[in-house]
Amino acid sequence: MRIDRTIIVLTAAMAALLAFTPFLPNWAMFLFTVSLCYGVVVLGMMLLVRTGLVSFGHGLYYCLGAYAAGTLEPLFGITELAVMIGSAVAVTAIVSAILALLLRKYRDIFFAMLSLAFSMILYGLLVKTSSLGSTDGFNVTVKTLFGLHIADTAYERYLIFALTVLICWTCAVLMHFYLKSHRGRLAEAIRDNELRVEYMGASVANTIHLHYVMSAVLAGLGGALMAVSVGHIDPEMAYWTTSGEFVFITILSGTGSVLAPFLGATIFESIRSFAYEYSPNTWQMALGITMLMVIMFLPGGLWSLFKRASRRVA
Amino acid sequence: MSVILEARDLQKSFGAVTAAADINVSVESDTVVGLIGSNGAGKTTFLNIVTGYLKPTSGSIYFDGRDITSLGPRQITRLGICRSFQIPQLFDTLSVRDNLLVGVGIVASAGGSWRHAANTDSEPAKAVETMLARFDLQSYRDMSAGTLPEGIRKLLDIAMAMVAQPRILLLDEPTSGVSAEEKFALMDLVMEAVRNQKVTVLFVEHDMEIINRYTHRVLAFSEGRIIADDEPEVALNDPEVRKYIIGETLHVKRRDSHATA
Amino acid sequence: MTTLVAVLVDGLIYSSWLFIMAIGLTLIYGVMKILNIAHGSLFALGAYTAASLAGHWFEQGYLPMGSYAIMLLAAILVGIVAGPLLERGLLRFMYGRDEIVLVLVTYATFLILEDFIKLVWGVDPYFLYQPYGLLGSFDIGELTYPNYNLLLLAMSVAIGGILAWTLTRTRYGKILIAVIHDREMAASQGVNVSLVYFVTFTLGAMLGALGGALTAPMISVQPGIGAETIVLAFAVVVIGGLGSLPGAALAALLVGIVRAATIHFRPELDLFSIYFVMAAVLIARPKGLFSAQEARKI
Repeated sequence: MRIDRTIIVLTAAMAALLAFTPFLPNWAMFLFTVSLCYGVVVLGMMLLVRTGLVSFGHGLYYCLGAYAAGTLEPLFGITELAVMIGSAVAVTAIVSAILALLLRKYRDIFFAMLSLAFSMILYGLLVKTSSLGSTDGFNVTVKTLFGLHIADTAYERYLIFALTVLICWTCAVLMHFYLKSHRGRLAEAIRDNELRVEYMGASVANTIHLHYVMSAVLAGLGGALMAVSVGHIDPEMAYWTTSGEFVFITILSGTGSVLAPFLGATIFESIRSFAYEYSPNTWQMALGITMLMVIMFLPGGLWSLFKRASRRVA
Repeated sequence: MSVILEARDLQKSFGAVTAAADINVSVESDTVVGLIGSNGAGKTTFLNIVTGYLKPTSGSIYFDGRDITSLGPRQITRLGICRSFQIPQLFDTLSVRDNLLVGVGIVASAGGSWRHAANTDSEPAKAVETMLARFDLQSYRDMSAGTLPEGIRKLLDIAMAMVAQPRILLLDEPTSGVSAEEKFALMDLVMEAVRNQKVTVLFVEHDMEIINRYTHRVLAFSEGRIIADDEPEVALNDPEVRKYIIGETLHVKRRDSHATA
Repeated sequence: MTTLVAVLVDGLIYSSWLFIMAIGLTLIYGVMKILNIAHGSLFALGAYTAASLAGHWFEQGYLPMGSYAIMLLAAILVGIVAGPLLERGLLRFMYGRDEIVLVLVTYATFLILEDFIKLVWGVDPYFLYQPYGLLGSFDIGELTYPNYNLLLLAMSVAIGGILAWTLTRTRYGKILIAVIHDREMAASQGVNVSLVYFVTFTLGAMLGALGGALTAPMISVQPGIGAETIVLAFAVVVIGGLGSLPGAALAALLVGIVRAATIHFRPELDLFSIYFVMAAVLIARPKGLFSAQEARKI
């Protein structure tokens, strides 16, 4: 069997990140961490967009994942990283599986707006929860990884980074194979014509349900990884403008490949850290203009540029 | 011959409008049945009820002796009743090949295995190639469905309905929007494919030449009722059918000379 | 008893405010099928412009009552500059695209305008408190309400009334309804759809800016007010049924009263209550309180 090119690129990128990051300055490791966290959220958004759904409320799961991981310490005294990540996955899976019962009936802007409402419900609750720091949020404490004490050690940051890389790699590979499976291919079919999908014998509602839960868990993972990497979380993660950023990166990246979300997130984060430094008040303006350009001239997102270039080479 | 599809006392009304009334039909397997009638006579409504898209106000549908009235399009498709549409329902951004692959994938995974990835040498890909060949679509395989000419869209729409290897195929105006020169070629292709798979066919059609040439039996609809149910030669010469559906000036006999010419 | 009255009065005031926020949004959606996120920016633009112009008015020591006219002028100014600019310069190239694409386009516009506002007005807050107290106040029991709230109430009733009258009783209203019902058919009957869109969007933009201008005296005008307001307006419009005028009125009333009650009894659930109402209404009526039937597909 011929080995898939996407898998080769993913694996090479993972190896490079694991091997070279220790030698890079702190800000670079931070940049890659944030890009990976956003990337894995956008990976889920990409699956939804392929299914024809744009969520303006995925901040809900991003925030929920972060709080599911972060609150283990203040609530139960748990500081084991693996448990924190597991908690984020479990909580986002359960909540999304319930909400999907409702959301799977909605399409287009109604889907977008109802997801936005759910995320704002969480935001509204968190900003008034003084025990969790209200709008200020709180600090997240990690002490052990698989029982190994890592807090305040020289390799703490690197280990968390390596875990982030591994999780993102796994998610991307699984998603890649899923998209090529029969069920995965239904995504675009549903986006194009739901009636025909039902008339060929497949369930649109069940597929949307599954894809919604998958994307929610990925967003939860992104949030939890962000929480343990940055060490601080706040309700802003559920605010609609955070969800808007995810939508932005998804549109910017394009949905052509599982590589696209990570590429898009890295570009987004690089520009953001640069813009914050030099021109904090025109950063959103640059984003808006870029987004208009992509919508007008590059409907397939940045990924379509890569595809075009690689076709020319080949 | 055994009865494969039966409609008993079907009634359907939309508010004050009666779309189906007193519909009692039995269809034997391996026959080709034509449904004729003017616009709004209830032909498409009949297909929509049979496939579960609409629920009848009263009455029931039996498939192979089993009551399927309460089922939806998905379950009914899985039982073996598939349909094409008056306006082709395709996955417009996908290629012709991928359109069929989605269908093949659904059928393959209906047995429980969602896992199979589609490599070019795997079973699903082979099934797609067979369908492409059977419907003479090979030259369009990599074009996206949204860019196809109308006749080809119709053909692909019918091919999509055949992917699941149905026992009953319902076609809603297969030749509407197809040019006069192409329509017989299209119907020949479809009927050839149908014969290969031993499928019972019901099709809605306005073109009496097509009806006369391909059907064994004709159901004539008017205002939700069936006003004639007979062999095409008889049904098409029925005075009521001529009055309400065909119009006085058309003569069925002429078609025979056309067919032999 | 006093609490109940207070809830009703607070609720009514808040409803008026919500209605003014939502009306332009629902008008634009109803006619153009654009869910305009940039409505939040138009709101902010209206607030900033009003705060600057009216602030200047007070600094010069002109007749204080004139400030209300200045606020109105600010809203009209924003509407007739920003409305045509956005509609002619951007949105008209997008007509016919998916509704969700249009949402993304207006989201991009929102991002651009947010920074535009920061560039023009900076990030420090502006205050325009004078008009809020200028009209005196009225008492209900032990509670004192500035009469400015009555102005809000009157404005919302007037705007709603004028729009309803325009839609049902005038030629322009009939044209609008034709365009809403079937754009192509209206165009083939000789309706200048492009002009209708232009006028509608400008009017909607003006209403958004008016919302901002009227709100300016009650808040500190600072970055982020557009983002806060637009999601509230969304909630109202979605609850009412997108594009429905009576829907928006009823939804504003519902949300206003629920929120007032929440603030009186469980203040910690303030924001939560609004979106909870939205989710609850959508669960019961998936397309909002007032929504149109869809046509058969096959």
